Amino acid sequence: VVLAVSYMSDALEAAMREQEQRLGIRISMSHEKEPLGTAGPLALARDLLAEDGEPFFVLNSDVICEFPFAALARFHRQHGGEGSLVVTRVEEPAKYGVVVCEADTGRICRFVEKPRVFVSNKINAGLYIFSPGILQRIQLRPTSIEKEIFPAMAQDGQLYAMELQGFWMDIGQPKDFLTGMCMYLQALRAQHPEKLHSGPGVVGNVLVDPSAKIGANCVIGPNVTIGAGVVVEDGVRIKRCTVLEGARIRSHSWLESCIVGWSCSVGQWVRMENVTVLGEDVIVNDELYLNGANVLPHKSIAESVPEPRIIM
Amino acid sequence: MPLKAVILIGGPQKGTRFRPLSFEVPKPLFPVAGVPMVQHHIEACAKVPGMKEILLMGFYQPNEALSRFLVSAQQEFKVPIRYLQEYAALGTGGGIYHFRDQILSGGAEAFFVLNADVCSEFPLQEMLEFRQQHGDMHSFVILGTTVQHYVEKPSTFVSEIINCGIYLFTPAIFQHIGEVFQRNQQELALCPYLGEESSNGWQRAEVIRLEQDVFTALAGSGKLYVYKTDGFWSQIKSAGSAIYASRLYLNQYSKSHPERLAQNKPGGPVIRGNVYIHPTASIDSTAVLGPNVSIGEGVTVGAGVRVRESIVLHGASLHDHTCVLNTIVGWDSTIGRWARVEGTPSDPNPNDPYAKIDSETLFRDGRLTPSITILGCSVTIPAEVVILNSIVLPHKELSRSYKNQIIL
Repeated sequence: VVLAVSYMSDALEAAMREQEQRLGIRISMSHEKEPLGTAGPLALARDLLAEDGEPFFVLNSDVICEFPFAALARFHRQHGGEGSLVVTRVEEPAKYGVVVCEADTGRICRFVEKPRVFVSNKINAGLYIFSPGILQRIQLRPTSIEKEIFPAMAQDGQLYAMELQGFWMDIGQPKDFLTGMCMYLQALRAQHPEKLHSGPGVVGNVLVDPSAKIGANCVIGPNVTIGAGVVVEDGVRIKRCTVLEGARIRSHSWLESCIVGWSCSVGQWVRMENVTVLGEDVIVNDELYLNGANVLPHKSIAESVPEPRIIM
Repeated sequence: MPLKAVILIGGPQKGTRFRPLSFEVPKPLFPVAGVPMVQHHIEACAKVPGMKEILLMGFYQPNEALSRFLVSAQQEFKVPIRYLQEYAALGTGGGIYHFRDQILSGGAEAFFVLNADVCSEFPLQEMLEFRQQHGDMHSFVILGTTVQHYVEKPSTFVSEIINCGIYLFTPAIFQHIGEVFQRNQQELALCPYLGEESSNGWQRAEVIRLEQDVFTALAGSGKLYVYKTDGFWSQIKSAGSAIYASRLYLNQYSKSHPERLAQNKPGGPVIRGNVYIHPTASIDSTAVLGPNVSIGEGVTVGAGVRVRESIVLHGASLHDHTCVLNTIVGWDSTIGRWARVEGTPSDPNPNDPYAKIDSETLFRDGRLTPSITILGCSVTIPAEVVILNSIVLPHKELSRSYKNQIIL
């Protein structure tokens, strides 16, 4: 696995060492010193990608779905073209770039960016597989794969689309992250219900790390994920939230549609809602009300935020 | 020396800023720090040696709440208390002038006049002593307090003495009021056409305002004195100022009525600062109350409830894990689990440069000014919502969150 990153940190490298050991695979970092867009990084990692002459997958990391790697590899081998991309159907295609393709083969005819009239409701899901030949098309400079590479491949009849089954979400924005989380939990309920949490005070789909502690008289869920080492004290109500590792939610608080960052401390009788996002190590004092607050890391919040804003 | 006291309690047309709370109970009977507003006045008057009678004066129609209160107050404080009903709003001077015979009956040599909507330490004995030392037996005394107004440009504090609405008069005051009455009658006689304003802005001669009409005439005559007090003082005009006044009285209880303050006990709720809890209220031991909280008769407070800077009126019910801040919870209201009911403090404290001045208007620039949240009588707040800076009129059952709104 090659991680194409523009910002490398020790924390990332350490985390990747762990994953390498756990999964028994090799993880390489390809570090862009200047931003290379969505295609440039492939040129940068050219040697790693073309190493064994086999097709390689490319993924956007802020996409979540039921990754169909095997089906995608099969689809790609069958048509023999240079590239395959996964498409998904959405309700509002005009927000995205849509893909127009032949119904029977899936060969892509063209792309249309944010169409004003209805053209197609299939959009690029950000998941591809390419044969190494594609690397001839990409130079080591800032390049957009959607704008520069794909249209050329489509014209040459070398690009094919496979439709995604199941849920899909671009989780780059906190609001969409929470929606994606809900979809993921729903899929988990269908496929691996035993992984979800159950018990008194648990409502709907809830995922709780075994090392987390939940107090008495809490009502957790639906749609909640609770990370490692999290402590939820007595009488807490949490709905539609992600609580990251090491955070503490003190008693009698009420949270809906929030992301609570690593090692945060949320006080007693706090109410947080409307996509409030707390960065790492944020402290929220007792009895406050946060509505749509976006709080940068290491801040202490001593006053309520009644209307959405960013706290630096 | 035989004394009397007159407490001016106004009427329903006055104190509209106290709505919706004044829909249920006359404003002078609204509980502040656990007892009716005007009971603080009565207690203070009853303590003064020589107090022969306390007269409540206003233009409320006779009503059950008032009658019951008068009966129980008489029994408790062992002093005759009567209600004198003005036939019309006669102003602060017109009322006492109209009832002057009642006030002077029994040979009262001096009498206090107190506005019901002030909150004070009531230094009545000190006013009497002050008069003895500085004036003579014919002097009138106004209670005054120094306030420092913060002025922004240039940034400084300006000192001012203000009239507290508590006076000490002798029978001679009626002579001066009589002169104003005569003047009014003459002016009216000279302006026979309806719609022409007389000097006091009213059509009737009997409407006389002490401050504007009588005191201004007396100033400089050597008969009027101001006794400056350092004790606490505040006005109760709006619901928000009732919470502030509660804080002042609750604070006074540590000296005057320590038995009225709740204590931390094993098995009881956590008490922070000054809290009044009616003996019939039922409070879970995991609740945290205070500072500045009054809990009324028969109130239930569930597990893990937090109440701060609030008044909870009788029969109300706060379910588990609720958070109530800067709010007046009306009689028999219910707040559902995990709900948050919160207002913005509006302390009418002119010395605090950061205090919001008790606003005359509910709206500013088309938006509701953030203020104390008020739940009228029998309001139901569902579980898990937030009610912020809002006023909910009586008998409403809400189904969602509200912010900065008046809900009819």
